[in-house]
Amino acid sequence: MSTKKFLYVNRKAPYGTIYALESLEVVLIGAAFEQDVSLAFLDDGVYQLAKGQSTEEVGMKNFSPTYRALGDYDVNKIYVEQESLDARGLTLDDLQPLTYEDEDDDWAEKDSIKVVSTAEMAEIMEQSDVVMSF
Amino acid sequence: MSQLHTVNKSPLDRNALESAIQHATKGNAVLMIEDGVYGAMQGTQKSAIVSDAIGDISFYVMGPDLKARGIDEARIIDGIKVVDYSGFVELVAKHDATQSWL
Repeated sequence: MSTKKFLYVNRKAPYGTIYALESLEVVLIGAAFEQDVSLAFLDDGVYQLAKGQSTEEVGMKNFSPTYRALGDYDVNKIYVEQESLDARGLTLDDLQPLTYEDEDDDWAEKDSIKVVSTAEMAEIMEQSDVVMSF
Repeated sequence: MSQLHTVNKSPLDRNALESAIQHATKGNAVLMIEDGVYGAMQGTQKSAIVSDAIGDISFYVMGPDLKARGIDEARIIDGIKVVDYSGFVELVAKHDATQSWL
């Protein structure tokens, strides 16, 4: 089977709708198929990666720690759109760090998140074989 | 009539907050809940819509929804009051009617 480039596009805030959690579950399931997987976070989707989420008082599952498992599933191309952060008064420091261990570099720990411009995000979308939108 | 307007959508995704503020009259209250709490943050593209209306309208935001989303109360627009679930109930009881901006 040839490898395809999968892109999961995340544009919704967490908790208000089920999209964010569904996307994360699909990504983790899909990771078992050893495809070339990238994740895109833009528009309200950037809120999914906010650090310090604490859902005790709203009685919902806090699924934000699960993003940190993505690196162990070889999902380490996580693109966050700069313009979407700017519009929301956020910077990379407001997001939880996501890392992976690079097997080609003596398992050095590296950042999975890459902040890209809208133009760069458009190019990433253009280069993808399969796009899943959430 | 004193109305309470609740908003549960992100202002960067939908215009519910903007429309609620436009249709709220002097003395009304706006309560941001669920994804609506993103409207309470400083420094967003939509913050001015709220800060310009503070004074004529009272603004409230649900603390538990802020916490769920990782929003520190220090980053809330000045003049917005943080409430909990019992505060929500009190607001509903205090106003003559509640209108939900979905």
